[in-house]
Parts: sequence; C-alpha cells; structure tokens
Amino acid sequence: MALLDVRDLRTHFHTEDGIVRAVDGVSFSVEKGKTLAIVGESGSGKSVTCLTIMGLNSGRRIDISGEAIFDGVDLLAIPKDELRRYRGQRISMIFQDPMTSLNPVHTIGRQLREAVQLHADVTKAQANARAVEMLKAVRIPRAETRLDDYPHQFSGGMRQRVMIAMALINNPDLLIADEPTTALDVTTQAQILKLMNELQRDFGSAIILITHDLGVVAETADDVLVMYAAQPAERGGYEDIFYRPHHPYTWGLLRSLPHLATIGEDLKPIPGAPPSLLNPPAGCRFHPRCPYVMDICTTVVPEFALVPGSGDHRAACHLDEETKQREAATILTETLADSA
Amino acid sequence: MTRYIIRRLLWAIVLFVAITIITYVIFYLVPTDPARLAAGRNPTPAQVKSVAHYLGTDRPVWYQYGLFLKRLVIDHSLGYSFADRVSVNTDVLNAAPVTASLVIGGAILWMLIAIPVGVFSALHPRSKTDRVAMASVLVGISAHPIWIGLILSYVFGYIPSSGHALGFSFPSFTFLPIQGYCNLRGASQGQVCSGPIQWLYHLILPWVTFAILYAAFYVRMIRANVMETLNEDYVRTARAKGAPELQVLRSHVLRNAMLPVVTMLGMDIAIALGGAVLVENVFGLPGLGQLAVTAVGTFDLPVIIGTVVFASIVVITFNLLVDILYAWIDPRIRLG
Ligand SMILES: Nc1ncnc2c1ncn2[C@@H]1O[C@H](COP(=O)(O)OP(=O)(O)OP(=O)(O)O)[C@@H](O)[C@H]1O
Ligand SMILES: [Mg+2]
Repeated sequence: MALLDVRDLRTHFHTEDGIVRAVDGVSFSVEKGKTLAIVGESGSGKSVTCLTIMGLNSGRRIDISGEAIFDGVDLLAIPKDELRRYRGQRISMIFQDPMTSLNPVHTIGRQLREAVQLHADVTKAQANARAVEMLKAVRIPRAETRLDDYPHQFSGGMRQRVMIAMALINNPDLLIADEPTTALDVTTQAQILKLMNELQRDFGSAIILITHDLGVVAETADDVLVMYAAQPAERGGYEDIFYRPHHPYTWGLLRSLPHLATIGEDLKPIPGAPPSLLNPPAGCRFHPRCPYVMDICTTVVPEFALVPGSGDHRAACHLDEETKQREAATILTETLADSA
Repeated sequence: MTRYIIRRLLWAIVLFVAITIITYVIFYLVPTDPARLAAGRNPTPAQVKSVAHYLGTDRPVWYQYGLFLKRLVIDHSLGYSFADRVSVNTDVLNAAPVTASLVIGGAILWMLIAIPVGVFSALHPRSKTDRVAMASVLVGISAHPIWIGLILSYVFGYIPSSGHALGFSFPSFTFLPIQGYCNLRGASQGQVCSGPIQWLYHLILPWVTFAILYAAFYVRMIRANVMETLNEDYVRTARAKGAPELQVLRSHVLRNAMLPVVTMLGMDIAIALGGAVLVENVFGLPGLGQLAVTAVGTFDLPVIIGTVVFASIVVITFNLLVDILYAWIDPRIRLG
C-alpha cells in the first residue's frame, strides 16, 4: 500500500474577491521511499496541495474536502492536535526560501533542538548531539561549533542544508520539499539536489518534490504529477512522463526544457498565462493556450483517464490516442536530437 | 558589541551638546531681560545692571554656555535659579521622582493593556473583541490628554464627592483623588501624605490618563506587528516542526513582533515626557513639567536649562538602553 494516498483533494479559499479554488480535485499517491515530483507553473496549486495535507494553510475561511490517507490515517479527518504530532515527526516540510524560513532571533542549535524535543522526551545534551549528527549528515563543516550561530551567519545554501537537517532530524517517513532549490544559485541547486538524493538513500524517506523545473524532475523523480490550474493534467511514472507524455501541457513543458544543444537559442515557453482560479475557463482549463484545441475542449471537462495499456498513467485530454502517441514520439526525437 | 556601545555613547554626547546649545540660543532670541525680572519692582538701571552682573547675564552667550558646561562637568551643578537662588539640582531632584513615577507607571500600565489586547486582536482579526479594541484605539488616538484627564477627574473625582449624578442623590464619598502627589517615601515640605499606598492612590488617575493615550498606539502597533510576524516563513517552519500553537506564539512570534515595539517604547518615553507636562498640569503633580512651565513663565534660564538637561540625559540614556536591549534581542545587530 502507498505511504500517502491523496484522493480528490479540494482546497477552496473564501476571499474578498470570491472563492479561489486553489486545489480542485487532485489525486496522487506516494510510495514508501520513493520520490513524487509535482510540476506546474506558478499558481497551479502545488504548494497549497501540500500545505493542505500538512494542515498549514494560512487564511481564515477555507473549505477542504477529499482524503489524504497517510499510513492508514486520513490526515484531513483527524483533530488538529493529532495532526500536529505527525508534523515534524512523520511528515516534514522544507520551503522555498531558506533566507526567511529560519527564525532570525534563535540560534541554529536551538531551532534544531526544538524539532527533536517537540517529539521526543530527551535532554538538551541528547538533542544537541542529534543536531550535530544531522548537521554533519547535511555536510555542514565544523558542525559542533556552528550550533551557537544565528541564521544570518549562514549562506543561503547552508541555510537550506540546515532546513533539511531539521526536517530529517526525526527520521520522517515523508519529506515534502516545496521548491527547495529555486532561491539558490545553480551550483548550490545541484549540490542540494544531490544531497537530498543521498539522504533519501540513507534515511529511506519518501519525498514529494515540488518544482516547476522539469530538469530537476528528470534527476530525482520516480513518479510525476503535472498540475495545471489547480487540477491534475497528467500523472505517471518518470518514464511515462518523459517518454510517453500524453497531455499538450506536458508537451509544452518538455519543449521549454533547456538542453545542452539549445543553449544560446531561445527557449520555447508555453504561450499565454495560466488562468485565474477565481473564474477558470469552461471545459478543459488548458484549452485557451492549447495548440491542439478542438470544439469539445471548450465545453466538456476531459476525464482524467487511464492511458490504454499503461499501469497507472493518466492524462486529462480529449485528443485521440493516436495523435497523442505521434506527438509524444515527435517530442522524444526532438529532445534526443537536442541533447545529442 | 563593545564597539557598538561606544559608537552609541559618542553619539549621545554629540546629541547632548547640540540640545543644550539650541536651548541657550532660543533663550537669547527671546527679547527679555531676566535681570530686570529678578531685580524686583521698578528697579533703577543701576540695580538691574548689578543684578545682571550677579546673575552673569551681562556676559556673552558663549561665555555663559561655557560656564554652564564647566559647572556641569566639573561641579555636577546645574546652577542656581534666577528667581529664588535655590540650587537647580535640588529643584530637579525633587521634581524628577514625580515625573518618573508618572511616566514609568503609565508606561507599565499601557503595556499591560496593550500587549494582551494587541496580541488577542491579531490572533482573532475581525472578531468582536478586535472590533471593539480597534474602535477604542481610534478614540484613544484622537483624544487630548487634558480632555481625558478632565473627564476622568469629573467622573471618578468630582461626581462621587458631589453626592449626585444623573438626577440621583447619594451620600458623597471620596473615590479617587484628583489633585496632588504623595512621596513614595518620606513626605517633603508642605506635603500631608506619604507612603506607597497614598502614592499609588494619588497616581491612579494620572496613570490611567497616560495609559489611555498611549495604549491606543501600542495596541494598534502590536496588533499589526503580530499579524505580520504570523505570516513569516519561520512561523510556518515552526508549525511544520509540530510546535503547538502556544509555543509558536511565545517562542517564534512574540519576540520578533516585539522588536519594533521596544524601539518605539524607547522613543515614546521621550515623547511621554512632553505628555507629562499636560498630565501633571491637570492633576497638580509637582513634576518636571510643572517646574519647566513655571520657569518659562519667569524666564528662569537655569531652571529651564536644568530641566532640559535632565530630560535630555534621561531621553538619551533611554535611547541608549533601548539600543542595547534591541541588540540583545536581535542577534543580527549584536553580531552583524
Ligand atoms: N491563503 C490563501 N488565500 C487565498 N488564496 C490563496 C491562499 N494561498 C494560496 N492561494 C492562491 O492559490 C493559488 C495556488 O497557489 P500555490 O501557492 O499553491 O501555487 P504554486 O503552484 O505553489 O505556485 P508557485 O510555483 O508560485 O509556488 C494561487 O492563485 C494563490 O494566489
Ligand atoms: Mg508554491
């Protein structure tokens, strides 16, 4: 059984402008020890999906429905205080901006200790020892001496390492990483991703990796969920998404990937902008930007259907199977040609 | 940290010299002759001249200022009043505890009101309590201290002792005193009361007046700061770690939200000294404000300068303390 099984998750915010349907019917599962990547443009609901599972959404009036079964327990149905016990112990989360994610007035040591002592009855010395162990695991030099330092004494990359150390300090079953490398420079990005891969091997945690960078997905993911305008567009194994993509939005994302051979050439971003979640387009939400748009797309919502002959590869698109396979093949040769 | 404190200290000295020079210059721009005022009724020119010589006002301004600095630094003396030749040190030292009691007690009271109300409002925005608090804040911010003082005197002082209100009569009684001050320890000349209980009793209305005035500002500021801090990423991190809401608030929100409040408090102690003049006036408290107002009325330069010097020393010291406190709370300043 999957470690986390999310079914038909919906998160609706009541705002002054109306109801923002930030997540509108998302389903996926995460296997033990595996990495699920969630990709999509800015505002597609990736963060809200994960924050909802963690019970960390900000805002007063929120409607949440669906299920998030974690190890047999529906996280959306249990009392707040019980959910709190899962956070930081069995499910951890790290965020996009390491510069603001640590409390500036507490030492790193204190913040790491807090994470330990919230869930285990240990002495300060034991918590400290654990903190040093974790700082070493994330390869922070001179770990022992850095416990008394404050966040502003660390660089961005080092702070993200501290965040990772803090997230993994209680050996969680699931680590949710919300664009953990977006705010970092390219070299540091690569180091952090490598570190996460290694730590996953050592600690055996499952990871949900949120990103809008398919390049990152290619390096880390076992499974991929492509989100568009609060809904899943396509979902499948790594190979399904990269070798047999079945949704025009995924094709667009793949085409906009920078490859070695195309450096210097213009990237091919998807034209247009994502729709408002206050008032999304009728039919398929992608239709206003879709180069393959048909009449049916403007009125009928496509089913998130199983791709024929696949294990669990789904896509929400009205195009016929033949066209999809032909396009997928074209893109594959394009990218292969590019990287050759 | 040491370098930081030394920098602040040097800056404090510069400030002090600037403030006293400005006070001297302003005083000499006002076209009056303190010697004439001090020489009694219808003095002869010769009398005025000899008084001027005695007071030292026949010397150039820079000389007087130099003398003042020398006295202050070497003899720790603020000079003697033009009006009654009493040592200004004595005047100031008698008045300072009154103002200090008023301002410090008022500040404690307003923070005791503002912190819980501000934090509660921030945690429950748009709730009934929040709306009531925000409406009261508006009243507090727009009210004048004298007006608040008079209303409070009327309601809690005059009405109980007059024996009738709203057309009803009742046995008159003293609820709260509306005039005068009692020393915390040992009565001074002409005072009928002393001791902590009387001291407290006489200060209740002045404190409340003060507190209403400033609590409003602080409720609003604390509310805004807490709301802003609640949205910080590190607060979300704390929740993601599994910290209970109370711990999130105590350990991650309040300390950060209080940083700007501490700075404000330091600056407002200075402004509060100004407010003290009005409140002392309404409640007949013989504090620094009263002393300065009387001295201005008689062009008693040494007393004016004395209160200015004392007030600036207090304000500068407070700012210094706040800077140090701030650095202590915020490691980015301490270690940066
Ligand atoms: N607390 C909230 N109240 C109202 N609307 C919200 C709230 N949180 C998020 N939203 C809205 O929900 C939508 C989805 O936001 P989300 O942060 O999940 O996007 P995202 O896919 O993570 O994008 P990004 O790549 O920029 O992080 C956005 O339109 C956002 O404005
Ligand atoms: Mg996001």
